[in-house]
Amino acid sequence: MGANVLVFAERREGSLKRPALEALSAARSAADILGGSVVVLALGSGAAAHAEELGKHGADRLLTAEAPWLDMYVPEAYAATLAAAAGDVDAGLVLVPATSMGKDMAPRVAAALKTGMLSDVTDLEASADGTLRCTRPVFSGKANAIVAIPAARPAVASLRPNVFPVKETGGGAAETGSVEPALAEDKVRVRAVRLEKPAEAELDVAEASVIVSGGRGIKGAENFKLIRELAEPLGAAVGASRAVVDAGWIAHSHQVGQTGKVVSPNLYIACGISGAIQHLAGMSSSKVIVAINKDPEAPIFKIADYGIVGDLFEVVPKLAEAVRNLNS
Amino acid sequence: MKILVGLKHVPDTETKVKVADDGVSLVEAGIKFVMSPYDEYAVEEALKLKEAAGEGEVLLVCAGPESATATLRQGLAMGADRAVLIQDPRFDRADGLVRASALASVATQESPDLVLLGKQGVGTDESQTVPMLGELLDLPHVSAVGTLEIVDGRFTAHREIEGAVEVMEGSLPAILGCEKGLNEPRYASLKGIMQAKKKTIDVRSAADAGIEDGALGEGKMVVWEKLDLPAPRSGARILEGEIDDQVVELVRCLREEEKVI
Repeated sequence: MGANVLVFAERREGSLKRPALEALSAARSAADILGGSVVVLALGSGAAAHAEELGKHGADRLLTAEAPWLDMYVPEAYAATLAAAAGDVDAGLVLVPATSMGKDMAPRVAAALKTGMLSDVTDLEASADGTLRCTRPVFSGKANAIVAIPAARPAVASLRPNVFPVKETGGGAAETGSVEPALAEDKVRVRAVRLEKPAEAELDVAEASVIVSGGRGIKGAENFKLIRELAEPLGAAVGASRAVVDAGWIAHSHQVGQTGKVVSPNLYIACGISGAIQHLAGMSSSKVIVAINKDPEAPIFKIADYGIVGDLFEVVPKLAEAVRNLNS
Repeated sequence: MKILVGLKHVPDTETKVKVADDGVSLVEAGIKFVMSPYDEYAVEEALKLKEAAGEGEVLLVCAGPESATATLRQGLAMGADRAVLIQDPRFDRADGLVRASALASVATQESPDLVLLGKQGVGTDESQTVPMLGELLDLPHVSAVGTLEIVDGRFTAHREIEGAVEVMEGSLPAILGCEKGLNEPRYASLKGIMQAKKKTIDVRSAADAGIEDGALGEGKMVVWEKLDLPAPRSGARILEGEIDDQVVELVRCLREEEKVI
């Protein structure tokens, strides 16, 4: 198989997602080492309109299938079309963002190509001989595995969002070409039919640069308002430990840790969280960690950068007020 | 309704990771292995669907070492009817495609109406089996299902995506990956545990599942080269003085030194 790198450019409601540009930037670096070109596949109506933006970030060619029935996610058709494109462009490497769409689709592509896949990687290195070597967090970040695909081609990898930098290469618009969907619409057996958005858009912990989390120390669901009052002036997302999610105080989408989300924000403020191993696994790669806990022996203080030993019911409102004063 | 549930036997989430002398394996001594937490939702959902239908069968399948019998027994104790273990200690770090093929061999034989798995096995965290199984069996798949409704051979599944919920509709048979929150997994009753002891586990080799020996060894497509532990953090600077002063100092540090607010 060849030296070309194929990238899947995820679109949602007609817009290119940022993780697609991150994957594209990583693809450009890899293609320069492999001596190949970067080909992007984008699906759905109006996909060709991204030629300029994709070209600017390193794409040589843009392949599109603009059938309107591909506007929303159609797992089988998306995977089949990407797998077919990998063959058509003689790809040695296929990169997909490890978003909820990419995670759902990329393994199906790897299976169709009967090849090896590295999931949710945080570092990627291509060698001139075509070997793909990546770092990927395992045990929710308690360890990093260095894994390689020496021989299977094309190698497939999904890239963790918010890790790879977006780089402009100054290239002109990508050369466009169209492809047919590799699966006919009437053969499709599952598809996305709609997106439901919360009435009040809540910042997702997976995408936030600041997170304020509450644990068992907040004593009851009603006290999450304290956490929200601190999160609000910080522009932060609200996180939670497994204990309080299991107690039903807040929805699972807020859970940080091994059976929740793995996060690495610039600032993580843990309020009333003692620091169970499975929670620490999900947040210990945060840049700065603040712990507020009345137990000076709590394990959270071992991985925090700043600690306040005290009653969160006293500390958190004062901290919220101090942040509001800072903003005004 | 015949439901096949794929299980993975994994280190408990409270595990402290220690790297063995070879630089790539986990020190397994002292680690408790359990049913992967997301798989509990798959077993529960299968049992609920069978109970609601008033008939059917729940078949568990695991590709793993001999000790994975414990995970299968747990599923049987929860109420599953039968269990198959494709036994080989090398499955844990096998290629995703090989693990999926092992499960696919049983699914092909049994032709289930529905295949349920956890959305990922905790530990290696690859999330590959659900979509790969879909491709290998030529069936539709949805990973990370948070709510599920099945009516007349069609399903509606909600899955959480970035900032929204994606509603997927499709037809059975299908492969579905279960997310936390799908249901509340039951505990095995004493009666269930006793009954599970009497059920036999059908043990097969990787070769029985159509997997060539090389695919688990020299012929692996993905090579695990090294396991690194993240650099330890140095421990917190515990602020001192009155709470009011501590808060002022914290805000100053976060703004002026760390530049994060």
